[in-house]
Amino acid sequence: MSDRHRALSQPQRVPLGVARKGFRGQIDAIAAHNAPSGIPPAELERRLLELGFVEGAKIEILHEGLVGRDPIAVRVNHATIALRRREAMAILVS
Amino acid sequence: MSAATGSNILHFALVGTPNSGKTALFNAITGSRQKVANYPGVTVERKAGIIQTPSGHRVNLTDLPGTYSLRGRSPDEEITRDIVLGRLASEAPPDLLLCVADATNLRIALRLVIELKQVGCPLMLVLNMIDIARHRGIDIDLKKLSQELGIPVVTSAAVRRGGTEDLMRRMDEIIANFKRGENASTWKPPTSTELRAAQREADRIIRAAVSQPARPDTRTGKIDAVLLHPVAGLLILLCVLFVMFQAVFAWAKPVMDLISVGFDWLGVQTHDLLPEGLLQSFIQNGVISGVGNVIVFLPQILILFLFILLLEDLGYMARAAFLMDRVMGGAGLHGRAFIPLLSSFACAIPGIMATRVIDNRRDRLTTILVAPLMTCSARIPVYTLIISAFIPDKTVWNWFGLQGLVMFGLYAAGIVSALAVAFVANHFFWRESATPPFMLELPDYKVPRVRSVAIGVYTRAVMFLKRAGTTIFSMMVLIWFLASFPRPPEGATAPAIDYSLAAILGRWLEPVLAPVGFNWHIDVALIPGMAAREVAVAALGTVYAIEGGKEAAAQIGQMLASQWSLATALALLAWYIFAPQCASTLAVIKRETGSWKWMALTFGYMLSLAYIASFITFHVAVALGAG
Repeated sequence: MSDRHRALSQPQRVPLGVARKGFRGQIDAIAAHNAPSGIPPAELERRLLELGFVEGAKIEILHEGLVGRDPIAVRVNHATIALRRREAMAILVS
Repeated sequence: MSAATGSNILHFALVGTPNSGKTALFNAITGSRQKVANYPGVTVERKAGIIQTPSGHRVNLTDLPGTYSLRGRSPDEEITRDIVLGRLASEAPPDLLLCVADATNLRIALRLVIELKQVGCPLMLVLNMIDIARHRGIDIDLKKLSQELGIPVVTSAAVRRGGTEDLMRRMDEIIANFKRGENASTWKPPTSTELRAAQREADRIIRAAVSQPARPDTRTGKIDAVLLHPVAGLLILLCVLFVMFQAVFAWAKPVMDLISVGFDWLGVQTHDLLPEGLLQSFIQNGVISGVGNVIVFLPQILILFLFILLLEDLGYMARAAFLMDRVMGGAGLHGRAFIPLLSSFACAIPGIMATRVIDNRRDRLTTILVAPLMTCSARIPVYTLIISAFIPDKTVWNWFGLQGLVMFGLYAAGIVSALAVAFVANHFFWRESATPPFMLELPDYKVPRVRSVAIGVYTRAVMFLKRAGTTIFSMMVLIWFLASFPRPPEGATAPAIDYSLAAILGRWLEPVLAPVGFNWHIDVALIPGMAAREVAVAALGTVYAIEGGKEAAAQIGQMLASQWSLATALALLAWYIFAPQCASTLAVIKRETGSWKWMALTFGYMLSLAYIASFITFHVAVALGAG
């Protein structure tokens, strides 16, 4: 009971890149150096911000691709963005 | 005095994120008065049109490439940035920026508005698709929004009749009070901190001015549950592609035949009208058949772009990229490369032109590199000719026609080799640069509007005729020259082409191409075939001295069947999968990449693959007794 209570009040922070379909939460932080992306972390961070991935935004994983559950389609507030899991590793959610 | 009077025309520019409905709005306002061209020196589409406001002012309206910010990460976005900032020497700096936003999805657009305010140019926000927003119960307090942003806000519904009246009226008001302000730009590339702050500000304004419905619209979500389903989604995509191919090949056929027959008839008429000689040959075989060779592709291009535009306006293209990303990504291609590669099935030229949707240079170049491997429609006449002459028309496994299976195999070989080349390029060429990200907005589904799609198809048709027309036509003239000069000597008995430069080249190529099973007749036909692949069919007819152009295809087939071994025929099919037998494609690659290096590279690798493939095919076939 108390464990469960703690889990609810202190939700775990995970990278969006490992979350599964149906995950709902909000963005805690953008940590671009976490992502094994092809572009430099500073650029990745700006691109994610430009697509509305800003701390506090509501997140839901709507769809996953067939191979390796990649890419994912993510609801960010009222828009839907598709991205690969490796870039989604930069988005820390809870 | 107001700058709007007299000949001093005002320049307005539409800016907005992708999917804001900006182009639909541009189409609705300018209609068929728009002109599509290129910005000088780059291959970014320039769309502009002169419009007249209700009170009679003339405004030059430009539709700038869609962008999420002014940072300019692709050639298209750099154009938008440079025009917005007035840095492009060839373009008048805009007097007013119209920032177009999807009223149902304001978040990202408002951040762009906040960034655009730093530019110093007068700015107006256009809330497009307001009809859909209202229908969904999204309530936007326009006064509050305008007050918070500090700029005028107007609504529009590009796809509705009269949906742009408010916008036009507001433009008039702005023109009436127009003073050419000299507000210096304070814009500089935003840092991540500034982007965050701008997005927070945008979110704050949305909370203040927009109330979302209690029950959000779930239609898109419900459709996506099926269309983006990992398995069902892919199957549906395959069905869509199947219908598209059927349409491109089957529906276009009668019109294409009609065009061919028409141009042949025209050629014969001129032939009869003009005196025997060079001029007659030039007009008939150079000019008329050259123009015909361009126009014959028009039906396919129209149908292909009709489908692409319909799917794009529907919102499905982004989904297709999503579904295909992993498949394409495995070969090192971007999900967006899917659209250009698909277009390349009709013709590599529009396909290569369509690679502009890919913002990363490396992804774009890889896509351009492999696009000509997709089986374009110009290969069909060659494939059909050889298949019908050499492959028996029988049914295998009770179901499939053998000829159809061979055709399918040729298509599959093209696709597989394109993916393989992309894979190799990715692992050897670009080793030092890392894989660029795939990030794409999936817009809500919308019913496409006939008018907007029609304008899109029309402008692309004009673009094709202009761009492809000039190169293909000049290549045709060059190749006519090669095939006609020098003239045959008096009393010559062999076909005239035997004495031409083409024949000299063909004989010179003979020892090189003999190992792949080609005789010198084929070598000669390959040279005019550089103009456009299907020209090789008529050229084979010419070298085998069969008169009568395209109607004689069946006759040519019989002749080939008696002259060639099966191994030679199969080797020629293999050659055609890979060979860079299209001067126009090479010309387009040169123009799109802006470098001879890429054109030479494409030519070189395709030629090598063609040689290797036909060499293997020929020798395997000979070993199996088909020699």
